[in-house]
Amino acid sequence: MSDYNFAYLDEQTKRMIRRAILKGLAIPGYQVPFASREMPMPYGWGTGGVQVSAAVLTPDDTFKVIDQGADDTTNAVSIRRFFQKTAGIAVTEATADASVIQTRHRIPEQVLRSDQIIVYQVPIPEPLRFLEPSEVETRKMHSLEEYGLMHVKLYEDISQHGDIATAYAYPVKVEGRYVMDPSPIPKFDNPKLEMAGIQLFGAGREQRIYAIPPYTKVVSLDFEDYPFQPTKADHACDLCAATDSYLDELIVDDEGSRMFMCSDTDYCSTRRKQGHNGAQGVPYAEDAA
Amino acid sequence: MTPLLQVENIAKFYGARIGCTDVSFDLYPGEVMGIVGESGSGKSTLLNCLAGHLTPDDGSVQFDTRAEGLRDTITMSEPERRMLSRTDWAFVHQHARDGLRMNVSAGGNVGERLMAINARHYGDIRGSAIDWLGRVEISEDRIDDRPTAFSGGMQQRLQIARNLVTGPRLVFMDEPTGGLDVSVQARLLDLLRGLVREMNLSAIIVTHDLAVVRLLADRLMVMKDGHVIETGLTDQVLDDPQHAYTQLLVSSVLQV
Repeated sequence: MSDYNFAYLDEQTKRMIRRAILKGLAIPGYQVPFASREMPMPYGWGTGGVQVSAAVLTPDDTFKVIDQGADDTTNAVSIRRFFQKTAGIAVTEATADASVIQTRHRIPEQVLRSDQIIVYQVPIPEPLRFLEPSEVETRKMHSLEEYGLMHVKLYEDISQHGDIATAYAYPVKVEGRYVMDPSPIPKFDNPKLEMAGIQLFGAGREQRIYAIPPYTKVVSLDFEDYPFQPTKADHACDLCAATDSYLDELIVDDEGSRMFMCSDTDYCSTRRKQGHNGAQGVPYAEDAA
Repeated sequence: MTPLLQVENIAKFYGARIGCTDVSFDLYPGEVMGIVGESGSGKSTLLNCLAGHLTPDDGSVQFDTRAEGLRDTITMSEPERRMLSRTDWAFVHQHARDGLRMNVSAGGNVGERLMAINARHYGDIRGSAIDWLGRVEISEDRIDDRPTAFSGGMQQRLQIARNLVTGPRLVFMDEPTGGLDVSVQARLLDLLRGLVREMNLSAIIVTHDLAVVRLLADRLMVMKDGHVIETGLTDQVLDDPQHAYTQLLVSSVLQV
């Protein structure tokens, strides 16, 4: 261990955050204000998620961090190292082995269990923000359940693009009450929001925490004649041949060649270990990477 | 016949200054009432008190709700009042940009009130929007344009369409023709007169333009310094003003 208090934050701060989390779980989808602290990282890099993770981590936890589905990008690596250093906890890249998962922009492909917690980093927690700039007004709209404006956005999408063009941060209604921004996950992930695990959302700069308890009903907003459709690239993963996972498109040279690969790196490598091989993939070898 | 709106002794003070005081009147279904007076006479304060934008310090505003008959809109709960203002009431602002969402297309603007009362069928919403744009003489091919691309008169007509789409029974208008040039004013007034008659709307129109009330209003209320100084049928008040201020007001209109 180091000179830090366990998981960086002091115990009073963690109590304060836990209270906000409990309130959030009691009122699914409601944005609970909390006294967000300065963290040793810039706003926008996951200060909210880090504070929520710090408040829920215990010394026995195994921690995983996802950034856009990947475990090995700068953001994921630094947050993982941060908690290794300040909490001395075990870390993993395997979704199944983690007890707390902090994520940015994705939900793992593998279905989460009831003993797992997933923490989302949220840039802008207010789903109505770009339609109604006043915070006073949006809070009133939430409390009075006036959500017509949310559909105005979807209407605008259809009238301009012929279809609901919102592809990420797709608004959902939680347990028939609060309209919530699921953080900028692709709408492909929206159906996964009904899960067994506990879902916590932390927005550091905006000082809000909200939550979805296990097995809560989460409905993506839509029109009767334009129903919600989770979309992904119409392709199979070029590395592991998966057809059911969310894909990233990569330009691989300056002649326009491209490949599609799973955005969830753990899912992809697990499949390759099992012997699945995609169009451009080479068979998985233990000593590779 | 029960009045649609029963106003009793409305008073609103801004500190020691009077906003408006001792205002009482009944408004019956299908009736249009004009409120005239100079700037600062309390017209807009009164209108905002009636429409629930301001809380009056005294008095009551009884509205004949569809479900429960006469209810005091000042003491009713905020959700109920906001529900009324989305369904049975409409509010036309002087400046169209106060009443429109400028970054949302014309169709979205008209559809917003429908979506606010749980319309969830895109085709139907768009159909109503097209219908209403037609009624206020905005051509169908402008439906996906934003109000920023509209002229002042078109913006005002769009605001009217947006307000009337849910079939309200009472319309509050605050200087609906202010800032428009006379020929556009004339068309707008013509349109308003048609809609009011056709939908059997009741309306309260605040204006300082006597020509507007002459055309639209059945009854007239003249205000000065927060007090109502004269009421009566429009033609009666304008042709035979009794109070000195009303006489001044009527004689101040420029003749062309």
